[in-house]
Amino acid sequence: MSDHHQREIDPVTGYDTTGHEWNGIKELNTPFPRIAIWALLITVVYAVIAWILLPAWPLGRDYTRGLLGLNQGDMAVAGYRDISDWRGEWLAKMETGDFEVLRADADLMATAMPAAERLFADNCAACHGETGQGGPGFPVLSDAHWLWGADPEAIAETIRFGINSGHPDARIAEMPAFDWMSREERAAVARYVSGLPEGRDGAGVAADLFAENCASCHGDGGEGGLEIGAPSLRDAAVIYGQDSRTVQETLRGGRAGTMPAWTDRLSEAEIRLLTLYVAGLAEAGGEGAE
Amino acid sequence: MINTLSLSERRLGLVLSVLLAVLGLVMAAAARHGAMAVHGGMAMVLGVALAVKLAAALDDPLPAAGRASRYYDAPTRFGIVMTLIWAMIGMGAGVWVAALLYWPEATPLLPWTSFGRLRPVHTTGIIFGFGGNALIATSFFVVQRTSRTRLADSVSPWVVLLGFNLFCLWGVSGYLMGSTQSKEYAEAEWYADIWLVVVWVTYFILYLRTLARRHEPHIYVANWYYLAFILVVAMLHIVNNLALPVRLTTAESFPIWAGVQDAMVQWWYGHNAVAFFLTAGFLGMLYYFLPVRSGRPIWSYRLSILSFWGIVFFYIWVGSHHLHYTALPYWAQTLGMTFSVMLLVPSWASAGNAIATLNGAWHKVRDDATLRFMFVAAVFYGLSTFEGSFLAIRPVNSLSHYTDWTVGHVHSGTLGWVAMIIFGAIYTLVPQISGRETMASPRAVEWHFWLAVTGTLIYVVAMWNAGITQGLMWRAYDENGALSYSFIESVRAMAPYYLLRTIGGAMFLAGAVICALNCRATMRAAPIEAADRPLATQPAE
Repeated sequence: MSDHHQREIDPVTGYDTTGHEWNGIKELNTPFPRIAIWALLITVVYAVIAWILLPAWPLGRDYTRGLLGLNQGDMAVAGYRDISDWRGEWLAKMETGDFEVLRADADLMATAMPAAERLFADNCAACHGETGQGGPGFPVLSDAHWLWGADPEAIAETIRFGINSGHPDARIAEMPAFDWMSREERAAVARYVSGLPEGRDGAGVAADLFAENCASCHGDGGEGGLEIGAPSLRDAAVIYGQDSRTVQETLRGGRAGTMPAWTDRLSEAEIRLLTLYVAGLAEAGGEGAE
Repeated sequence: MINTLSLSERRLGLVLSVLLAVLGLVMAAAARHGAMAVHGGMAMVLGVALAVKLAAALDDPLPAAGRASRYYDAPTRFGIVMTLIWAMIGMGAGVWVAALLYWPEATPLLPWTSFGRLRPVHTTGIIFGFGGNALIATSFFVVQRTSRTRLADSVSPWVVLLGFNLFCLWGVSGYLMGSTQSKEYAEAEWYADIWLVVVWVTYFILYLRTLARRHEPHIYVANWYYLAFILVVAMLHIVNNLALPVRLTTAESFPIWAGVQDAMVQWWYGHNAVAFFLTAGFLGMLYYFLPVRSGRPIWSYRLSILSFWGIVFFYIWVGSHHLHYTALPYWAQTLGMTFSVMLLVPSWASAGNAIATLNGAWHKVRDDATLRFMFVAAVFYGLSTFEGSFLAIRPVNSLSHYTDWTVGHVHSGTLGWVAMIIFGAIYTLVPQISGRETMASPRAVEWHFWLAVTGTLIYVVAMWNAGITQGLMWRAYDENGALSYSFIESVRAMAPYYLLRTIGGAMFLAGAVICALNCRATMRAAPIEAADRPLATQPAE
């Protein structure tokens, strides 16, 4: 650069400066350290090798394919297939067959149940709770009460197509709104319903209203057991709560909870695996409750 | 600040303030309700307040006659004050959202307190509020001294600073109201984006005009970095924010990009925000304040040239490494990966140049906490650029992506590098523009240094552990080919790291609070007029 400047030698490094100064700042004329040049070259060589081997440079409508001929779509599909094949060694057995026979296969269950636990945690626990303990608006899975029946086939059907899910084969369950009743009538029915778990079900206006409007779904005297999505009102199976106030709310607005359909998200084997896991939760929980 | 302006400048300022108030009124009246109306109201209040102040001060004493031969540091002083205010806002929001990840139920049931709205308050508050004000304030300081000239005019620095802070305020207040265009680090809505373009072009022109008036034959390297920051950020901001407003009277808009093109433009912007906002500008800061504070010449002029052109050329290509294993074509991913690796050497050239510059001044690093801030900044710059190139390699990315490792990497850069160099610069220039030898409390600087370093290390190490743990848990299969862990188990495993992160962040915030109080005490001790030093005599630093 400016050779006419008098070059100053820095006593620490022994290099001269470039001859410029900005507000006291000077720059040394230190040459490129050789290691920097080599390091830069190595990274460039790495890049060029990668460009030769991998898809790299766009060419209008095409791109350089790379000598390895890799395609990330194919690789993703192959990777997924490998994992599926690996899991399929035992999971395929879950696809068909009688649930009781499957459940009796101790080896299969020892392999399958830990996987089912993770499947449940990833897909079901957000609503039904980690141990199937349920929550406000979401049914308990670890007790003996089943709105659509305790039979594994019935449980599998619910998981497959869901409830009010919009799937064409979904289960439909709607508690209609009894907003046409007078407020007093609703209050009376609510008091009646809230007393049913304790066995208070005497005759009267409320009992008549119940028989006319509610029993067709909830069974005579709220006995339930029709397995059409309507709970028994004589035990703890009600999802939304059975205190008088909540029942009044239910009567006024109706209820139509949703469970999504899983048939497009999980394989048939996985759905059937979850079925056995959920049925197992109920048995374990049910025994504890007895 | 008004007493530094001439009568004609005060009149121009008055006109601009009235225009701002009218603009705000029009926005508020047109939008009637929602974020845009509130933002119009803010602009109107700011415009009216400035107009009243300027009108009242029209007859005040004029600045001294020798003004043109002195540096203009009042805008720098204001910018530093805003830097520290935004540090409190941005870091405070950061510590709060970090705590929310550990105590998720701590949020009251108010929409504006939700994690999703507060997180962009943290990022915008830190990147633009804290980082942006520091960059603008120091760039004014550095360009004048390395060019031996005064800023080209006295009104546009205020347009830049006030306009930029209005943008930041529009941004964070909009997010709290639920207004966002959902582009990371570019969440502000279309009218705020247009406003920022006006501010930024003003900034660019001011910077060029000041450089054109320089009394040095050559442009110092720090100004190259600042100029790259200003120019490229304008380009990125405009392209990424191209959008069609739903109506001119509402905040909502549609981006003109769609699908994977939108993702690519977004990360071309996003990564170059890291490159040109959080790196190039701060390298400018480093290249000025490190040699000044250490009293050492820059170790290698050639290395700084290699570093500048290497960073400018390679960085622009690497954004696609944010989209590995996505719908983005493989070839674009390969280019992002390879250019990220080639970027390493130019980055390390700057880090190495900074550390080699300290040769002959290590006793000062030991004794002077301010210089130690800059040294730590250079070390973390080297560490996080190495980490960045490493994480950009596809197979490594398959482990790290979507995990807290990314968060750790970003904070090793922002806490360890960006914030440290800002504090080093602040502790160098605040006493100088306040006409003092040292900060009001040198001991407080020492405390700040150790709080900042300890906080950064706790934060970064916790997030490295968190991210690698997450990545390994997500890809683990048991001997039967089933996933070993459910997702919730990986969330539960994060608890100790999230607590540590909150503690580290709180320590860093505590240090920043000490810095703000120390700066307040230092600035109050002297009138700003003492700051303006004659251009002719250049005292050695």
